[in-house]
Order: sequence, then C-alpha cells, then structure tokens
Amino acid sequence: MSTRHILLGLLEAGPSHGYDLKRRHDERFPQARPLAYGQVYTTLQRLVRDGLAEVEGTDADGGPERTLYRSTDGGARELTRWAGEIAPPAPFVANEIFAKVVVSILAGGDPAAYLRTQRAAHMERMRELTAVKTVPGADLATVLSADYALNHLDADLRWMNTTAARLTTLTAEVDAA
Amino acid sequence: MSNQGDSSVPLLAGRDLVKAHGRTEALRGASVELRVGEILAVTGASGSGKSTLLHCLAGIVRPDAGAVTYDGSRLDQLPERRLSELRRSDFGVVFQFGQLIPELTALDNVALPLMLAGAARAEARVRAGAWLERFGVRGQEGLRPGEMSGGQAQRAALARALATGPKVVFADEPTGALDSLASEQVMTSLVHTARESGTAVLLITHDAQVAAYADREVRLSDGTVAPAGVAA
Repeated sequence: MSTRHILLGLLEAGPSHGYDLKRRHDERFPQARPLAYGQVYTTLQRLVRDGLAEVEGTDADGGPERTLYRSTDGGARELTRWAGEIAPPAPFVANEIFAKVVVSILAGGDPAAYLRTQRAAHMERMRELTAVKTVPGADLATVLSADYALNHLDADLRWMNTTAARLTTLTAEVDAA
Repeated sequence: MSNQGDSSVPLLAGRDLVKAHGRTEALRGASVELRVGEILAVTGASGSGKSTLLHCLAGIVRPDAGAVTYDGSRLDQLPERRLSELRRSDFGVVFQFGQLIPELTALDNVALPLMLAGAARAEARVRAGAWLERFGVRGQEGLRPGEMSGGQAQRAALARALATGPKVVFADEPTGALDSLASEQVMTSLVHTARESGTAVLLITHDAQVAAYADREVRLSDGTVAPAGVAA
C-alpha cells in the first residue's frame, strides 16, 4: 500500500499535522497495520521534497508546536493519477498455504490434515471479521475493510476446499493402482 | 463431533444418523448437536448430506438408523401427528426459495402461522406487521411474493419462520439465490433476531461467508461429519 498517496489523500481534506494524519489513517483503515509516527514524518518530508506537499505553518494549540502540511496542485494531480491507476492483478501465486501443501505432498506429509487445520483458522478469522462488521452502527470504513479481508479469506478457503477434494481423488487413484 | 467441553445437554442432537435415498446413502453415521440459542453452520460440498441432515433433525424425514433427540425426547420415534404439532410449535423452517404462499401478501404470509397457532386474524396481522418491520420489510406488507425482490421475500420468509417464537430455526441455503449485499442483509436480520430471542439456528450453507455468521461450523463429507481442524 502506498503510504505517501494515502497521506496525500488525507491532506486533500485540508492542512493537517503528522499526529492528526496518523490518527485519521488508523481510523479510516481500521484493519490495516497502524502507521508508525516515524513513517508519517519521513513520508511527509519526502512529499515536501518532491513538491507534492508543502509546509503551511505551525500550530501549537496549547501544546507542543506542530508543523502543518498541505497538499500542492502537483500533489492533487499525482493523487488523481494514482487513484485511477489499475492495480496489477496478482501475476503469480506466492502464497504460504499453497507452498505448504506442495511441500507436504513432496515430503510425504499429511496435506489434508494441514488443510483442515488451516481451514479452521480461516473460518475463525472470518467469524471475527463478520462480528466486527455486523456490530450495529459499524462505520462504512470498518465494513468495507472487513469485506475486503473476508472476500480474500473466502478465496483462500475455496482453493483449500478444491485442493482437499483433489487430494482425496489423488489418494484414491494411488490406492487403486 | 466435539462438545467443546460444554456439559450442558444439547437442545437437539442427531446421533449416528443413516439415511438412504434409494441406493444412495446420503447420511452414513452423522452426529451433530445444537445447543440452546446456538447458531450452527453445517457446511460441505454438494451431495455431502447437508439437506438430508436438516430434514432428519427437523423431523421432516425419519432416519433409517440412529437417533434424533429434541429437548430430551426421541423425535424420530414420535407418531406423525405429534411430530407435526411439534414442528409447528417449536420449529421454523426457511429454504433457499422462501416458499411463501404466492397468492397471499407478505403480511398474510407471516400472519398465517400465527393464526394456525390460535391467534385471531386481526391480532395475527398486527403481530405480523411488527415482525416484518423487525426484518426491515417496510412498505411492502401488501405485496405478494412475486412482486418483491428476492432479498425482501427472503426476509419476509424469515419473519414468518420466527413469528411463532420457535426454539429452533432450520435454514437451508437461505441466501443461496441472493447477491452478496442482499445475503448480508438477510443474515444480519436472522442472526440479530435469533440472538435477541434466544432461538437456536441450524444453518445449511455451502458459502463460507454465510457460515461465518454462525458460532460454530460442522463440516459434512460423504454423509459423515469431517474431522474438525483445530485453529491454532
């Protein structure tokens, strides 16, 4: 995920300082890993260096002085370009589950048992995400991010179900031979 | 199936159930338990015996072997008349296609089981309206099932299944004909209402995202309960 573009997007709402940007990021993307403060400030400095953001001034508000940043016209254009850019569909399978099944077959292990256990772990996580998104009054960002995770876990599950069925067929063929 | 350390007596249990359709054995020794107020998903591939299991547990068909126990009594040994009464008083059923009566409005579809349970028509219609509202079917009380969207008709079917205060709702692929948003609305309505009223739900589905609304999952494979994987 492009932290610089997400910060640019948050700056579109108006000037803001690093602390506030971190807080709004974590609210908007509740299922994502929270941003580290250091990452926020480093990214803001790079945006300024690249002419995509600039320092608006400082804001003390009774506490320590904070630097306010705002997006530039160049920043707005870059954000529009990035937001419309197609994310490449995953070109290859680099999935730990897939790798473990293959290795298990190669090593004469028990891939079916592994798939059952992995499936149970996926279902447990899907139950947690479903509970999060169906809490009455859950905000849209929470629902959307839970939906995103649920659909990806579901895709894994479908692959696991098909693979488990294929393993059964394979075992039957081997037994019959 | 593991009882997960819960020593409470299950509300509904099938033990070593066997059921054949002709030469095909749909169930080959399946055992499952449903506790009071629990939402249990039964999943599995097509032909794994999910619907046959539901039919046996709901007393719609009798197993060839094994036992079905409901509230401490053998359901599979009840005479047909008593079984029929029990299904009406304690069970609600929803199928993939809601099976609402096409000639009746949504309101009258929900009022019907209430009237069969002894309510006067006017009272039944008031209560039916409240149930439809609870399931988010507003302003459509006067429509017939064919005039409603699939999601709205299915929510009306759920309202009908829950209106009589059943202890168990059997739902066989209740979202099977719906798109993902309508499916979510139906499942949210079902789960919230079941939790509020303490109704147990036996939910048959092939969809993991639907199964994720349940407290627990039992997976069928070739007519038996597949060994459970234990999440780390």
